[in-house]
Amino acid sequence: MTTLTDPPKESFRLSMLIYDTRYRSLTIQVVAMMGFMLVAAWLINNTLTNLATLGKPIDFGFLGDPASYDINQRLLEYDSRETHLRASFIGLLNTLVVAVLGCITATIIGVFVGVLRLSKNWLVAKIMTVYVEIFRNVPVLLWIVLAMAILIESLPAPKAFRGENPEASLSFFDTVAVTNRGVYIPEALFSNSLGSIHLFGASSLRFDISLDLVAIFVVLGLSIFSIRKLAARAKRIQEATGDRPKTWHINLAILLVPMICLLVILGFHLGYPSLKGFNFKGGTHMRNSLIALWLALSLYTAAFIAEIVRGGILAISYGQTEAAGALGLRPGKIMRLVILPQALRVIIPPMISNYLNLTKNSSLAIAVGYMDITGTLGGITMNQTGRELECVLMLMACYLLISLSISMVMNWYNGRVALVER
Amino acid sequence: MSDQAFVRIEMLPEKKPPASTVGMIGWLRENLFSGWLNTVLTIISMGFIWYILSGVLPWVFQSVWNANSLNECREIMNETWGSTHGHACWGVVRERWLQLLYGFYPENLYWRVNLALVLTLLALTPLLFAERAPRQLWYVTAVYPFLMPWLLWGGSIWGTLMIAAGVGIGYLAFRLLAPIAGSLISVIASAVLPIIWWMFLAGSAAGVIDAVLPMGIETVESRQFGGFMLAILLGIAAIGCSLPIGIILALGRQSDLFIVKTLCVGFIEFIRGVPLITLLFVASLLLNLFLPVGTNFDIILRVMIMMTLFAAAYMAEVIRGGLAALPKGQYEGADSLGLNYWQAQRLIIMPQALKISIPGIVSTFIGIFKDTTLVSIIGLFDVIGLAGAIRADTAWNGIYWELFAFIAFLFFVVCFSMSRYSMYLERKLHTGH
Repeated sequence: MTTLTDPPKESFRLSMLIYDTRYRSLTIQVVAMMGFMLVAAWLINNTLTNLATLGKPIDFGFLGDPASYDINQRLLEYDSRETHLRASFIGLLNTLVVAVLGCITATIIGVFVGVLRLSKNWLVAKIMTVYVEIFRNVPVLLWIVLAMAILIESLPAPKAFRGENPEASLSFFDTVAVTNRGVYIPEALFSNSLGSIHLFGASSLRFDISLDLVAIFVVLGLSIFSIRKLAARAKRIQEATGDRPKTWHINLAILLVPMICLLVILGFHLGYPSLKGFNFKGGTHMRNSLIALWLALSLYTAAFIAEIVRGGILAISYGQTEAAGALGLRPGKIMRLVILPQALRVIIPPMISNYLNLTKNSSLAIAVGYMDITGTLGGITMNQTGRELECVLMLMACYLLISLSISMVMNWYNGRVALVER
Repeated sequence: MSDQAFVRIEMLPEKKPPASTVGMIGWLRENLFSGWLNTVLTIISMGFIWYILSGVLPWVFQSVWNANSLNECREIMNETWGSTHGHACWGVVRERWLQLLYGFYPENLYWRVNLALVLTLLALTPLLFAERAPRQLWYVTAVYPFLMPWLLWGGSIWGTLMIAAGVGIGYLAFRLLAPIAGSLISVIASAVLPIIWWMFLAGSAAGVIDAVLPMGIETVESRQFGGFMLAILLGIAAIGCSLPIGIILALGRQSDLFIVKTLCVGFIEFIRGVPLITLLFVASLLLNLFLPVGTNFDIILRVMIMMTLFAAAYMAEVIRGGLAALPKGQYEGADSLGLNYWQAQRLIIMPQALKISIPGIVSTFIGIFKDTTLVSIIGLFDVIGLAGAIRADTAWNGIYWELFAFIAFLFFVVCFSMSRYSMYLERKLHTGH
């Protein structure tokens, strides 16, 4: 009969830190941490020494100095006497403008092309394949520069619009002027404007919000809210009686009537561009740089989105369509209720990373002179003040912030549509 | 009971399918004219193709090659066709193609770039087509990392040889120490000794030998590099270095060690959160600040470092996807065979994870290669930068389609072949059913 004895107590030896799996992971982590700290300390020390030698210690004071450069495409009011911080803020808004515009158009074109690539029509599918391959395999910077060159070199100058028999004329029923200095589109004007509220007083981040716009969004929000209430009621009735009451005409009325009333009260009208002297006046001026960037980024990213959409739809097995058909659903409802909700799960994660890529690629604005955050903070401000370290750090922080916010929002959405598993 | 007059006892021969469902006509009916909507789409597409080709084909082929400026081009066009519209002026490509390919590299030394390109292709062959290439080509692949920079930048051969000697020292240290001192110490020694050699001894050793026996080729400055050659050079460096770093980062991110994991996640998310252009700003303006006072190393090398880090972060995410897609049974199987961590990774996990991630890896490669054009923004003269310079030239002021079509063609050929190769590789490695 054997008796169980405790295993002999091993005394701790130094070599156990390496050879004993109980301690090894700890050793590796401590070594990694120390290595990281050493390298970081070395880099920071070098940087501080170098900056001291150059005589420019880290100092963000330059942000309060006058920028003394102009930003021609902007959302808020700005002039060259304002500070570098204000200029950077305007640049940041410009980045967001082109990113949002680009994401919207890229999604529209991308979904369109992706669906057409799956068309049963051989010719259509091939044309879309050619589009995708051409745009995916050529650098986006080339598309941006090319789009800019085309806009500048091939469009008519404003003077071509002048005279009795002008060489060029306004497009879209005389409302849009497409010139080599940019595109002039009609602007929304309110004769009984509510004015605007000024946020953040006189600071560099001050922000005007038009109350007209706020009113429009509030009315729109209320309309959509009531439409959803109505849809919920229709669903209750359908579940109780089996008949769904028709709601579309009430929906249309709820959407349109309050909006039209509001627009009439505010005195809504369009301001059209018109030729005054050597240039167009009135309307909203979209510069070539903005349009070139927007166009190139959308077309380039759309090629990637098309592939994602195509992959997502192909990922849903055909049995799903057949099963839905066997249940008696019509093709439109099959797409809306069966295929799309499943395809979206496959589509959304890569779509998020493409939106992020588009936003990051918008930093190439600097190649065509669009004053986004890279053009202001990372361009002129950096060159004027010579504060490379501070500017690049702030630039990176801005992009990190944008990237993280986009991925947070999209991950939240992804979480909502994700498959709930056991 | 009725009398049956006729009972068929043998099978009828099969009838041929109707002529309208087979062959050319059948294909056309099936794919182009299967319904009214399809027919309308076909007609619209044909109109679209006709519109594009009727513009592009005359533009490409009824074009002017022998002109030295845009004005000359237009004169020739007016003489020949009576209008300047719809005809390409390829004169700019004929006159500047060498510059677009080689940048400002000295003309009498173009052979070195060409030789480096041939070496690149030879060194890639065993990597790309492992089982078909002759085994001797592996030697080319082994010396390539040392030979290619020497060919391009020139200078004394001894510097290159001394750097190569560092690798030899590491190998020797491993071989000699492994039987005596155990695997861990020999691994550490094989990593530390070459670094000491490179940092403190290699330079002076090369200087001494060079003084005794000078041997070398003409030096070419980094600012003379440019054109498509620069894109290929940066692309190869970033692609080649980012794959191993990416694998290590991906393993770090998957590991159980909290600190290692945090460091890897932080690095990957930071790099992926900022645009490449900000990293290039760091390369051109800040990298020298981060190093000891007075350090000043080559701009192309700095750009290579930043592009490698950038590519590595994306690569790590792609490989992590591959690792996550492997069934857990593979990890457990490797453990139950008694393999240690690195053996399991090398023999079981990585071959499968990398195979799964081939499409992602190759599209990262393509993305990196396209992103090399961004160096034009920090003032290097790659193709896009040169295109800007050519368009600013008075002789070619106002030209754009021809120039950018040529550049786009160069990139398209390289990127498209890469994506086709990845498809070939996927088919080759496909072991399922």
